[in-house]
Amino acid sequence: MLEIKVTDTVTINVDGELAQVPKGVNVIEAMRVVGKEKEIPHYCYHPKLSVVGNCRMCLVEVGNPMRDRQTGEAILEENGEPKIGWAPKPVIGCATNVSEGMHVRTNTPNLIDCRNGVTEFLLINHPLDCPICDQAGECRLQEFSAEHGRGYSRFKEEKNVKPKRTRLGPRVTLDDERCILCSRCVRFSQEVAKDDVLGFVDRGTYSTLTCYPGKELSNNYSLNTVDICPVGALTSTDFRFKMRVWFLKRTHSICTESSVGANTEIWSREGKIYRITPRRNDAVNDTWMTDSGRGLFKEFESEDRLTSYSVDQVAKSLDDAVVATRALLKAGSVGVIGSAHSSVEEQYLLQKIIKQTDATCEMVQHIGEGDGLLLSEDRTPNLRGAFINGLIKQLPERELGQLKASIEGGSIKTLLVFNQDLEQLGIDLGKLKESIQVIYFGNSKNTTSERAKVIFPSLSVFEKEGTFVNQNFILQKFKQAVLPPVGLMSECGVLKAILHELNNEAPETAMPFMDELWSEISENVEILKSVKWSAIPEEGFALEDASFASMNFVETQNLKYKPNLVSKTV
Amino acid sequence: MAIEEKRLILKYADQEGYTNDIDCYIKHGGYEALKKGFQMKPEDICQEVLDSGVRGRGGAGFPAGMKWKFLDRKSGKPIYLICNADESEPGTFKDRQIIHKDPHQLIEGMLCSAYAIQAKLAFIYIRGEFFEGYKILERAIEEARAKNFLGDNILGSDYSCDIIVHRGAGAYICGEETGLIESLEGKRANPRIKPPYFPAALGLYQCPTIVNNVETLCDVKHVITMGSKEFANIGTPGNTGTRIWCVSGHVQKPGYYEFPCAGVTLGELIYDVCGGLLPGRKLKAVIPGGSSSKILRADERFKGKKKDGTEFDWGIEDIPMDFDSLSLVGSMSGSGGVIIMDDSTDMVEALANINYFYAHESCGQCTPCREGVPWMKKITTRMCSGGAREEDVDLLKSIADQIEGRTICAFGEAASWPVQSFIAKFKDEFEAKAKEQALLRKQGEDTAKETSLI
Ligand SMILES: Cc1cc2nc3c(=O)[nH]c(=O)nc-3n(C[C@H](O)[C@H](O)[C@H](O)COP(=O)(O)O)c2cc1C
Ligand code: SF4
Ligand code: SF4
Ligand code: SF4
Ligand code: FES
Repeated sequence: MLEIKVTDTVTINVDGELAQVPKGVNVIEAMRVVGKEKEIPHYCYHPKLSVVGNCRMCLVEVGNPMRDRQTGEAILEENGEPKIGWAPKPVIGCATNVSEGMHVRTNTPNLIDCRNGVTEFLLINHPLDCPICDQAGECRLQEFSAEHGRGYSRFKEEKNVKPKRTRLGPRVTLDDERCILCSRCVRFSQEVAKDDVLGFVDRGTYSTLTCYPGKELSNNYSLNTVDICPVGALTSTDFRFKMRVWFLKRTHSICTESSVGANTEIWSREGKIYRITPRRNDAVNDTWMTDSGRGLFKEFESEDRLTSYSVDQVAKSLDDAVVATRALLKAGSVGVIGSAHSSVEEQYLLQKIIKQTDATCEMVQHIGEGDGLLLSEDRTPNLRGAFINGLIKQLPERELGQLKASIEGGSIKTLLVFNQDLEQLGIDLGKLKESIQVIYFGNSKNTTSERAKVIFPSLSVFEKEGTFVNQNFILQKFKQAVLPPVGLMSECGVLKAILHELNNEAPETAMPFMDELWSEISENVEILKSVKWSAIPEEGFALEDASFASMNFVETQNLKYKPNLVSKTV
Repeated sequence: MAIEEKRLILKYADQEGYTNDIDCYIKHGGYEALKKGFQMKPEDICQEVLDSGVRGRGGAGFPAGMKWKFLDRKSGKPIYLICNADESEPGTFKDRQIIHKDPHQLIEGMLCSAYAIQAKLAFIYIRGEFFEGYKILERAIEEARAKNFLGDNILGSDYSCDIIVHRGAGAYICGEETGLIESLEGKRANPRIKPPYFPAALGLYQCPTIVNNVETLCDVKHVITMGSKEFANIGTPGNTGTRIWCVSGHVQKPGYYEFPCAGVTLGELIYDVCGGLLPGRKLKAVIPGGSSSKILRADERFKGKKKDGTEFDWGIEDIPMDFDSLSLVGSMSGSGGVIIMDDSTDMVEALANINYFYAHESCGQCTPCREGVPWMKKITTRMCSGGAREEDVDLLKSIADQIEGRTICAFGEAASWPVQSFIAKFKDEFEAKAKEQALLRKQGEDTAKETSLI
């Protein structure tokens, strides 16, 4: 994930073997590159935070080619190899950058003793409550103790006692006895969240993590401290005692909270989601995400969720709903309210329907306050996708424009609505001069679904697969984490069925659904030309965005976004 | 007294009628070095200090002139000078004497040094408990400012420099130079990792900074007054100038005594200068350079080769008191705190006392020191209260070995050297105690001795 050109490498010697590693990275990162990550265990170092070097777990021995002080010439051994001047003491890998010709040893008896020593020290005052600790299974201390621990204790004294259940904020609970004082959470709060509320009180072995008096850890990034805490000291109050992590299935997904499109991991078991955590992507969200984005799955656990297809407010089969839709669409005078919450694939299929039925399409904007970090003003995950698919040509406004006039003027007979509540857009279906029929795609009941002729319940992002295009025109894939409610098909499936019905074709099933759909998309959508579904990489795929350079997207500067200032001032 | 002190730094300090105000200081030739220094080019003073060979008196004994050379002058950032007056190493009490009795000497030394390194601002970081010293320094600085020895355009030159006195935050670790800098910046005194935070490059406010001990900075004044050659004539090559030895423990006349480096042996210091041991007592051990330096056993023989190739074979009393000799015998001159122990000393208790101090003072940042030092303290405390076990001595040694050389700052060494050396030299006592207590425990008797650890 390090973006380093091939030319920017240095050659180092790791345990006797030569290796090419990126120039200027520290020894821990260099070991990652050469696949020796396990050889340098570490606690306090985090690639996105400043280096403090306090855990002392990453000690290595390093040496550099010696040079003559006067002449500056390399000093050679008898066999012509450069003579290596080894540092007299082990050094920390996290604060040592690689340089040309450097030698690194990771496995001498002394280093093994160093790591075993740190492990023993971390354990002597540790409560060892793994059986009831939420971190068990993903705990570095547990993991490293298995590898570098003695297996028995030489500590016969009394352990320190510290606070066990401190509420740091609305979402984070702290167990100070488990804290190894790595200061990752403190540095995160200072350096990333810019909300300096955590610190240590007392000294030495009594050092205790806490919130400053009168403050609490309540910012919208507080749960990232739980993610980066290497032990079970910081726990998510919501996830605490809910589930053992090794029972959970992990699925790669994308956060739909805003156009940032943070990469996420969905942790689920037997169809139930337990938590959402960020997944590293240096071009999108580094290793962070908002707290608010982690709770989005709960919206789909609501009682109001639509769970069956219906026609005239009576539950029907999908086929019946599709047939009813066809009749409405064929009658013409169709208006479409599209959505930037829909995936690229859904938008593509919708665009096909619009073309075939000669419909007009509009969208409304969803904006909120940005936080300059990982919550952008545009609160939809896929507005760029709507442009790319040609659903819209201009930035959506707060309200419907021409389409609203057409509805109220009576020139629209059928309205295909995605997610929107028409009442909120100022359209009261009961008061229109001429009644119109609504085909509604949405997650949950609202005043529009209550009056809709046909209802297609839509699936949550966790129940289907697809792609979104984020604020930086990065095409990102999300995968299915849990099964949808029984009997429901993805919107792509539904839209495709409607298309088939419109054209009187029989569905063909030669290729897996998404591969087939993408072979079509890549032929028809200019910017997605030659993109293959199976070839979209985990870290996303940057699309050509030059044709949108003059657009005044609503996002202001955030962690990974710089607004196009030239066009803003025009 | 057979051997006469030769006082340079404390020359006037204890003289009848000598007061710590500026008039008295000037009457005794004060601020002449500053005037002389201001006639010189800054880089020439740096060269003089380098040539004088003066080594740091704060602990490590690093040549001051060499340290100044490492200053990053290319960065264009302001340079700071800090006087380390945190004096907290157990057994050390010299800086306080200088501050109380001759504060202007320190100020003059600091201004000479600040001018030499072209510092824009200087600080005195004084131990928080030295409240009297703080007031004295504040007054002295006002006096010096009134006479234009400090402040804007010093002595009519275009060089300006001020001194700010900052009271310490009540912890030993505030004396470690990077911890001191953090503390001065208003944070917890957590020492910084080196590299990259060498003070000479990234010190106070990430600017190049020189940290020197009180006594070292006073020496600079004398280097300018005497010239580097004459200064280097005091002592021996590589060990120039005088040192103030702070003698404490079981001697008749504990106190501070100033001698040229190698101008006195440890035996002379104990028996001639300090009046010998208490009646009927025998020497058992000496900690020569503050509690963190390695202990020397009275009946040891120290043999080996000096740097110049000549051989030495010393008993404890023959050791010349200077930087190199004390490191040749496996210890160090450190901060000059000489702690004398006679045969009434229980070595386990002595170590328990030292461990208590270091466990209390660890800043708690890095794992080996934070966890290991209090562990050693818990063991030695238990050993003193009746729970000694035979395996404790090897365990202690093993813990100390797991700390040394693996920590962020030299506190790790400061805390593990006493344990390592006490055990290397007095292992028999640790084992005997364990055996004796095991026996007593078997007989169901109370094994605890009445001792109170401070
Ligand atoms: C734990 C620790 C405590 C220290 N305490 C002091 C102190 O109280 N006073 C002091 O001058 N130096 C102290 N030092 C040494 C300083 O870090 C630094 O080396 C010294 O101030 C440099 O001055 P010098 O070169 O003039 O000796 C301490 C070092 C360590 C590791
Ligand atoms: S933090 Fe890790 S080692 Fe400690 S109790 Fe929890 S799982 Fe076990
Ligand atoms: S709470 Fe966790 S992240 Fe914070 S200092 Fe302790 S161990 Fe490190
Ligand atoms: S060695 Fe001790 S005092 Fe020094 S940084 Fe580490 S914990 Fe703090
Ligand atoms: S990772 Fe903690 S010291 Fe390097």
